Amino acid sequence: MSEALNIIKDPTLTYRQELVSLARLGESTDTTLRYSDAYYAAKQKGALCDLNEGVMPFRPRYICPDYEKLFERGCAFLQLEPPRDLMEAVNVLEIFYCHVPSITTYPVYLGDLDKLLEPFVRREDPAFAKKVLRLFLRNIDRVQTDSFVHADIGPEDTVTGRMLLELTEEMQLAIPNLTLRYDPDRTSDDFALACVRCMLKTAKPSFANHRMFVREWGERYAIASCYNGLTVGGGGYTLPRMRLYECSLDADSPDDFITRVLPGYIDLQLEYMDKRVRFIVEESSFFKSNFLVTEGFVSQENFIGMFGVVGLAECCNHLMGITDRKKGFGMDPEATALGRRIMDVIERRVSEHTAPYCGAFGHHYRLHAQVGIDTDGMDDSPGTRIPIGAEPTMLEQLEVNEQFHPYFPTGTGDIFKFEETYLKTPEAILQIIKGSLANGLRYFSGYLENNDVVRVTGYLVKKSEIEKLRQKKQSLNQVTLFGMGAQDGAHALDRRIQHHEESAGQ
Amino acid sequence: MKKAPVNKIIPFSNVDGPGNRTAVFFQGCTFNCLFCHNPETIRLCADCGACVPGCPAGALRVNGLGRVVWDSARCVQCDACIKACPHDASPRVTWMTVEEVMGMIRRTAPYIGGVTASGGECTLRCEFLIDLFTEVKKLGKTCLIDSNGSFDFEADPRILSVCDGVMLDVKAVEPAWNDTLISYPRDLVLRNLDYLIKTGKLAEARTVIFPDRDRENEETVRYTARRIQNSCPYKIIRYRPYGVRERYRKLLGETETGADYAERFARLAREEGAARAYVV
Ligand code: SF4
Ligand code: SF4
Repeated sequence: MSEALNIIKDPTLTYRQELVSLARLGESTDTTLRYSDAYYAAKQKGALCDLNEGVMPFRPRYICPDYEKLFERGCAFLQLEPPRDLMEAVNVLEIFYCHVPSITTYPVYLGDLDKLLEPFVRREDPAFAKKVLRLFLRNIDRVQTDSFVHADIGPEDTVTGRMLLELTEEMQLAIPNLTLRYDPDRTSDDFALACVRCMLKTAKPSFANHRMFVREWGERYAIASCYNGLTVGGGGYTLPRMRLYECSLDADSPDDFITRVLPGYIDLQLEYMDKRVRFIVEESSFFKSNFLVTEGFVSQENFIGMFGVVGLAECCNHLMGITDRKKGFGMDPEATALGRRIMDVIERRVSEHTAPYCGAFGHHYRLHAQVGIDTDGMDDSPGTRIPIGAEPTMLEQLEVNEQFHPYFPTGTGDIFKFEETYLKTPEAILQIIKGSLANGLRYFSGYLENNDVVRVTGYLVKKSEIEKLRQKKQSLNQVTLFGMGAQDGAHALDRRIQHHEESAGQ
Repeated sequence: MKKAPVNKIIPFSNVDGPGNRTAVFFQGCTFNCLFCHNPETIRLCADCGACVPGCPAGALRVNGLGRVVWDSARCVQCDACIKACPHDASPRVTWMTVEEVMGMIRRTAPYIGGVTASGGECTLRCEFLIDLFTEVKKLGKTCLIDSNGSFDFEADPRILSVCDGVMLDVKAVEPAWNDTLISYPRDLVLRNLDYLIKTGKLAEARTVIFPDRDRENEETVRYTARRIQNSCPYKIIRYRPYGVRERYRKLLGETETGADYAERFARLAREEGAARAYVV
């Protein structure tokens, strides 16, 4: 059977999923963009990976439109006037979202929803406003059917933010992904606690280290897709990744890896990124004629290339000859220190490279701790995470994370699974979050064991939807399939649970 | 250098006082409650050696001085030793200095609201606790004591001066039931209850509810609730047989207290004025 026929006959794909798969297949027939033989060899070996981004990038991978501008000026191409009330505002967004491209074909950034909608919500009767928001969220869940669709709230407490949390809890939807931009000076404890409660019950929002992102990107940053830091009015061109474990197989020793093997692969990935970025800007029509560009909702200078890495833990363990993951990276101080040495080399070399078309960022790409894909299995843990099943105590896990999160302005994060009693003690979790963000953690996600909506590696899926796929039924959310792959291959849902440790005396 | 026997330190605990806390469990207890579900924390090791041969990991040995020593790096936490111990003790205890305990607390400090000293009975280590809490206070963290009330807080007020509150167990009020359950004079516990309320240092009171002990449960809850009123939360704990010594399980029951049954006593407590009574 041809690959096209396979897609067409697959009963678990929805119509739209078929369409996307067929488009990918069509794209893959082109051979315009060529890379060096060394690049193809590295790709063949699995040391470098293009994340199935497609051979012909016809749009940037991630696009973060300036929705404030949309609300100020409207959109000529879509014939939308600036909204005057909540119904219009929501309608404008719903229409606009359908025209924001991305790697997934769905918009990966929906805007700072609370800030955008607050002036409109405040003018309505609260019950009516909540009903409109409920329909808005339902529209997003059923129309933008992909878990990488992402909305941001905070740092301030707002009526809209509260309503979005309440609805998130009531509706139990996997889409959109949600982030609270948390700043201890601007986010009240009360609002943060509401977010923690919602996170326990729905696996969202996650907590982003607002101060850290503002330092790197300025106030107008977006958290998009999984946990990707980008600029509003810009986005990310491309995201390939070094699979560090596979890279490490070429090395005789840690020193050999750091001085010989690693720089070689870094340069190959940079070469690959340069070619793609040039192609997107110079050849594809996106930056010439797409209304997002021509009407100024994004501008080319605000885009950046994202340099991804994955599998640091397995790389370090291999180089140090550690076979028991539980005694390796994250637990063994030497293995963790080697991880930092490796990241220092990557960071330095990438920051010394002059990148094309990254004007707003000093002409450099920025690092990204890629979250893994369903086919990675157990070989490469997400980014710099400690492997599932080898997690030490939460304290130690946070301490390791805090050393690595600062390397990744374009995104990294870790996920903590909590046991039931934490529902009654959200302030305990807030204390942990505050401490870890102050210590350099970039992004904190959590969820409660036994929930239906769970966070797999960076995105959310419903366990009930995975079950549907297992029974060969269709799942509207195109990410459910990744969730099933990650559950089967990488045991991604079996992460350590933070227990309420029993106290010793009754 | 002062040292105290530490059974374990839990870096993050959400059940030993409000928020996220580091809980330090000291070995050794003044009581011998029938329903203790960590009986291995009651006594100090007698170095009898009975647990040594059963360790599957080679983590236990008798040293040249006849002392039983535990190698934490080898231990696989299988609990065979504490099951084998005839003395309600554990070989997995580390004598630590204040500075050593502070080593852990300095790491957890950014993530916690404070420290809880528990046990066993931590007030047995009064001098150590005073030094420890003095150091914890320097980090701006709160200090709580989890106590069975066998320490006379009024006679030696130093410890209260460095701690923010005491979480007190009120196990049994009726004298005969108290004698069965705890084998310790109850009067001191009840005097402490009053003294802690008076000084504003009672952070929480707790009572364990046993299955089918209507009269005993009621008496304890009614008495305690009338005293504490709204001064602090009142935790109504369901008896659970897990970990309880077999001979006592026979007396107290093999089943845990039902949630509805426990709720009855939380209601009673609230009726008696303890507005913050709740079941766990
Ligand atoms: S728990 Fe006790 S018996 Fe088991 S390995 Fe550790 S020391 Fe040995
Ligand atoms: S822990 Fe118990 S069994 Fe082991 S040596 Fe000490 S008293 Fe004996």
